[in-house]
Amino acid sequence: MYPWGAPQYRRARRLCTDFMSTVASNNPKPQASTRITGWFAEWVSDWGELVISSCVALGDFCLFVLSTFRWMFSRIPRGETLWPNFYQVGVSSLPVVALTGTFIGVVLALQSSSQLGHYGLTNQLGGVINLTLVRELGPVLAATMLAGRVGSAMAAELGTMRVTEQIDALSAMGADPIHYLVVPRFLACLLFIPTLTIMADFMGVAGGYFYSNIWLSIDQHYYWTNSAKFVNNFDLFTGILKSLFFGSAISLISCYQGFNCKAGAEGVGKAATSSFVFAFIVILILDLSLGLTLKAVYESWYPGGTY
Amino acid sequence: MMIEQLLDQEQESIVDVESLSVTFGNQEVLKDITLRIPPGQTLALLGESGCGKTVLMKSIIGLVKPTDGKIEFDSENINQLTERQLSRMRLRYGFIFQNAALFDSMTIGQNVAFPLRQHGRFSDNQIREMVLSRLSEVGLPDSVVFKKPAELSGGMRKRVGLARALIMNPELIMYDEPTTGLDPIMSDVINELILRTRSRNPVTSIVVTHDMHTARKVADRVVMLIPRQRLDPGENQIIFDGSVKELENCRDRRVQQFVNGEAGERLMEMRADDHDQ
Ligand SMILES: Nc1ncnc2c1ncn2[C@@H]1O[C@H](COP(=O)(O)OP(=O)(O)OP(=O)(O)O)[C@@H](O)[C@H]1O
Ligand SMILES: [Mg+2]
Repeated sequence: MYPWGAPQYRRARRLCTDFMSTVASNNPKPQASTRITGWFAEWVSDWGELVISSCVALGDFCLFVLSTFRWMFSRIPRGETLWPNFYQVGVSSLPVVALTGTFIGVVLALQSSSQLGHYGLTNQLGGVINLTLVRELGPVLAATMLAGRVGSAMAAELGTMRVTEQIDALSAMGADPIHYLVVPRFLACLLFIPTLTIMADFMGVAGGYFYSNIWLSIDQHYYWTNSAKFVNNFDLFTGILKSLFFGSAISLISCYQGFNCKAGAEGVGKAATSSFVFAFIVILILDLSLGLTLKAVYESWYPGGTY
Repeated sequence: MMIEQLLDQEQESIVDVESLSVTFGNQEVLKDITLRIPPGQTLALLGESGCGKTVLMKSIIGLVKPTDGKIEFDSENINQLTERQLSRMRLRYGFIFQNAALFDSMTIGQNVAFPLRQHGRFSDNQIREMVLSRLSEVGLPDSVVFKKPAELSGGMRKRVGLARALIMNPELIMYDEPTTGLDPIMSDVINELILRTRSRNPVTSIVVTHDMHTARKVADRVVMLIPRQRLDPGENQIIFDGSVKELENCRDRRVQQFVNGEAGERLMEMRADDHDQ
């Protein structure tokens, strides 16, 4: 079930499951008097099993990531495995990211303008929209689209390969599946997610500008001066750095889900869905923790500056 | 004299499986399997569906990690090799998967050429020639080269898998049900191909088959496994190991049923199993 699991993990799990089955078999059919203990033992063992299997899966995932990195630095993948992935991530995903980016820009302008209007701060609109886009929404949006469009496709493709023994066939012919399948996908996501992020940023900025200037007719001069005042290079760097983390997480999670796909069409479907769900959760967690870290970094670099 | 012969045999075995056990979750598929295969032998592996034949072969090439026991190929313990050594070792194997396992993003030509491109330094012309000659050996026309696996019939895919496994001239070939799903004539073409491959190179082969005709025709030795659930206590999972002739004269009821293809009381047993669950 965990083909990358190190023996020690498996042994640990076997020990724990043995222990739990002993616990369970000591309470085979709860009598009336021992019903509480039986129920309790079952509850504990269910939770224990959940905890253990999560730990095993996490350890397994870490080993998977490690071996991806090892292969990445030890041998360059062949071009024919790289180009299709680069194309999928870098080119095919651009239009959809551009489209969603534009809409987010417009919606952001729509919402913030009415809120800022209450306080008579409509001139600051440019700063608010663009800062939010560059720091947060651009990277998160690009990553979400990538996880949905490319990540789940990767999980489904690798899952199908696992189920139809194509991954076994790769190893049987002396090609390492991680080197052959995972490294190119990882590189594609890592190298091209900044492009997607910049695209989302750009289209969002453009969308916000058009809405504010043409629809709300806010003065162009104030719009851009305030944007320039609010958004600096560090913000752009923040967004891109975050996106690198998102890209790595998406590719690794999707490939891992695909590699550990359960049998049948159902397994493949599950791998695709759970790769998106996990990737999305991890994107949000990373976003929060990177946001906090970068804030601390900014404040130590520019004491007195407001992040 | 006897001891010397035994020692000789021991040195000679190219595949050496020692008390192998494989467990998936709670399901113990193989237990305490010991099997020595001398170089040049063609071994037919028989056994009813689900008894672990595929798992055994996958363990031999290191695709399934054994829970217990040791597997040696050419005196090297394959579970102690690094990934890189293992991948070099796998050049010496050819594995024909039960469901062909062709890469469906590639054309047939690219599939068959895959091992060559992976390891060899061959020119494009050489590769094309080798691919075409392998395909014609398994009875496929040149026109399939540019097709995708999805466009072929099941039997054709199987033969492509065979061509792909044989292209590197491996030393150990494992055929997982090479003739299942083929018409009788094509089955015999495959049998002939197995024989021809052996007469051309000194290869060792393991053939998993349900087809007694294939077993009779190609095998020097037959090994029969039975599922763990059907074992009597204390009995080894390999219930038969000998020549084809001995197989036909074997008195064991289960072996006889398999050879003659009779369900016998197995049907009742299976129903009883269902009731137990
Ligand atoms: N990766 C796996 N995970 C869990 N169980 C497995 C796995 N591979 C095989 N099994 C189990 O091992 C048992 C033996 O499987 P195997 O594929 O070796 O059978 P087989 O002898 O090749 O049968 P057939 O003749 O139908 O191909 C089956 O019961 C199967 O459920
Ligand atoms: Mg099988």
